[in-house]
Amino acid sequence: MTIDTPPITAATQRRGTSTPATRVIGILTISMTIWLGVFGLVLSPADRDQGDAVRIMYVHVPSVWLAYLAFIVTALASGVHLFGRRHSLQADRVAGASAEIGVVFMAVTLVTGMLWGRITWGVYWQWDARLTTTALLFISYVGYLAVRGLEGTREQRARRSAIVGLFAVLEVPLVHWSVKLWRSLHQEATVLGTDLDVSLDGLMLFSLFVGVVAFTLLFVWLLLHRSRMLTMLDLSAESGLESALAQRRAEGGASA
Amino acid sequence: MSSSGRIQVARVVLSKDLRIERRSKVLTSQIIPFAVVTLVLFAFALDGDAILQRTAPGLVWIAMLFSSMIIVQRNFAVETSDGALDALRVAGADMSAVFWGKWLALVMQLLVLEVVLLIGAFVMYGIEFRGPGVVLLVTSSISATCGLSAVSTIYAGLASGVRGRESLLPLLVLPVASPVLIGATRAAEAAFGTGGTVVSEGWPWLGVLSVFAVVFSFGGSLAFGPLIDD
Amino acid sequence: MEPHVHASGSPAVELRNAVALISDFPALAGLDLTVERGEIVMLTGPNGAGKTTLLRVCAGLTPIARGYGRVMGADVSIERDEVRRRVGMVAHSNGLYDELTVQENLEFWGALIGAGDDELHQAMSIMGLDGRLASVPVRGLSAGQRRRTAFAILVVRRAGLWLLDEPHAGLDSSARDEVDGILRKASAAGATVMLSSHELDRAQQLATREVRLAGGVVVGDER
Repeated sequence: MTIDTPPITAATQRRGTSTPATRVIGILTISMTIWLGVFGLVLSPADRDQGDAVRIMYVHVPSVWLAYLAFIVTALASGVHLFGRRHSLQADRVAGASAEIGVVFMAVTLVTGMLWGRITWGVYWQWDARLTTTALLFISYVGYLAVRGLEGTREQRARRSAIVGLFAVLEVPLVHWSVKLWRSLHQEATVLGTDLDVSLDGLMLFSLFVGVVAFTLLFVWLLLHRSRMLTMLDLSAESGLESALAQRRAEGGASA
Repeated sequence: MSSSGRIQVARVVLSKDLRIERRSKVLTSQIIPFAVVTLVLFAFALDGDAILQRTAPGLVWIAMLFSSMIIVQRNFAVETSDGALDALRVAGADMSAVFWGKWLALVMQLLVLEVVLLIGAFVMYGIEFRGPGVVLLVTSSISATCGLSAVSTIYAGLASGVRGRESLLPLLVLPVASPVLIGATRAAEAAFGTGGTVVSEGWPWLGVLSVFAVVFSFGGSLAFGPLIDD
Repeated sequence: MEPHVHASGSPAVELRNAVALISDFPALAGLDLTVERGEIVMLTGPNGAGKTTLLRVCAGLTPIARGYGRVMGADVSIERDEVRRRVGMVAHSNGLYDELTVQENLEFWGALIGAGDDELHQAMSIMGLDGRLASVPVRGLSAGQRRRTAFAILVVRRAGLWLLDEPHAGLDSSARDEVDGILRKASAAGATVMLSSHELDRAQQLATREVRLAGGVVVGDER
């Protein structure tokens, strides 16, 4: 049995993690983000009730959707690692990178949600379904990242993280279900329009779509770079292993 | 290992855990007093009969959650203090059976705690047990306890295997257990009729709690072995 | 009580170029070792040389990252569960439940593996644990008595390979002699024994072979 040697690809052979592919994606991301700015800030209309504050939605909503996408990617990659015959460490690295990005997107969702609430309604926090769920899942995945950081060999860490990652994703519908049921009991007007109660006309919907596309590209770009970085870290640990082995044997030779 | 062999292993682990509990009396001499003190502290913090009665189910379940962390950490400290869990692994004991044994032991300990806390809430917070609500109360409490035990056992197994990281346990368990807290509390409120709720409003929560319990206990039995492995 | 026999033709332990990692540190750095059935092998070497890791690899507790290993006929990478069933390990910890009595600890293990009451009694009497000691909680036993309880469990489990990490540690001189006597009896009954120790004189008397470790590899091997 050998240590799962990370693939020496074009990406990892160089000094950086960029490739022609990521440069293309990067340019697309930037241009879509510019379009998002144009549509979100200028072209789309202000909301009847909330005014310009509704524009935060174009960041807030795509951000939360991408966070969920990231966690689904984490779960799939965790599954590939656990149930695939090779127990691929590459899958584990993708799972970890995706979760990190997901946590960041969740943080963006929470912050933009709080800003939106502050501007529109004067309160930073509302116990509505989306914010509550987001906060809970944010903490859960912070816990997942903490598990990734525990000591152990790479195989141990990968297996542990994959299991926790799968449990974390199983938990998402359960949290949704219980929080939604909970909030429905109170029959309050969902403020912040976080359930998209804001009536969206065609242009707003299109701007939202632009936002989703921009964020998706951003996610892919970040994922490629971050997983490659993790691969390179593992590669360097691997070559570190060779010298560690030599060093270890030498300490034996010296005292024999 | 055959299924009867597995049941045997689970039964042996369960009776061992219960016997240790009976001998060391940790639940009765330490955890239960701690939980009751928590109820008293809530009264100091909230300062008001009406609000205590209104929030009683929530307070009971928060006390349950925190106490369960202590209990399950103790249940696993028993295994790791003299390397018994390693010994079980070396013997090739079926780890999913070990999980079920420890899960059931924790369920029993938590059910005892739950009864004590409900009595405490009855005495100190003035909750009232209504006839129609009893079935809902019992079933929701049991399924909540099953789900909570599953999550706690899984993550305690994980945390106990890693030196110096027991403090990770609450961070891992509490967010994941939040549906249990929400469900158990709302169901209990419906059972007690707090805030004008009707018993029928509580049944959907039993659904949430049951699904949670099934998902995490069966998932846990599969995950336990690989999770604690080196 | 004879240990179970598995794959009797093969050596008890066969390791080739074994690398074992603790976090990212190579505790075993390409170790080669073959132990035949019936040997009593003593592992010596400075602290940190890899003795404990070697024992844990043979127990199927620690996986190997590189190399090849077969213990009692089972592959340590592919059949780790099977390796575990065929060996027994007593480390610094004894694997006992402090709150339970000697008898109850043995009954726990007996029930786990389906051993009968007579086998439990036999194991306990071999270790001198029947009589008054049987109903003493492990908490109240001396270090030597705890060791003997752990050994009794190995006997009940009929482990073919006994892996002992510093079995003499924490014991007074007569208890150490007791341990040596037990190990000789185990070997006579057919078990292979691998133990680590810092006691070089005992090595000469007890063991059939001394394997010296340093820096995660074998640096000396004497019979």
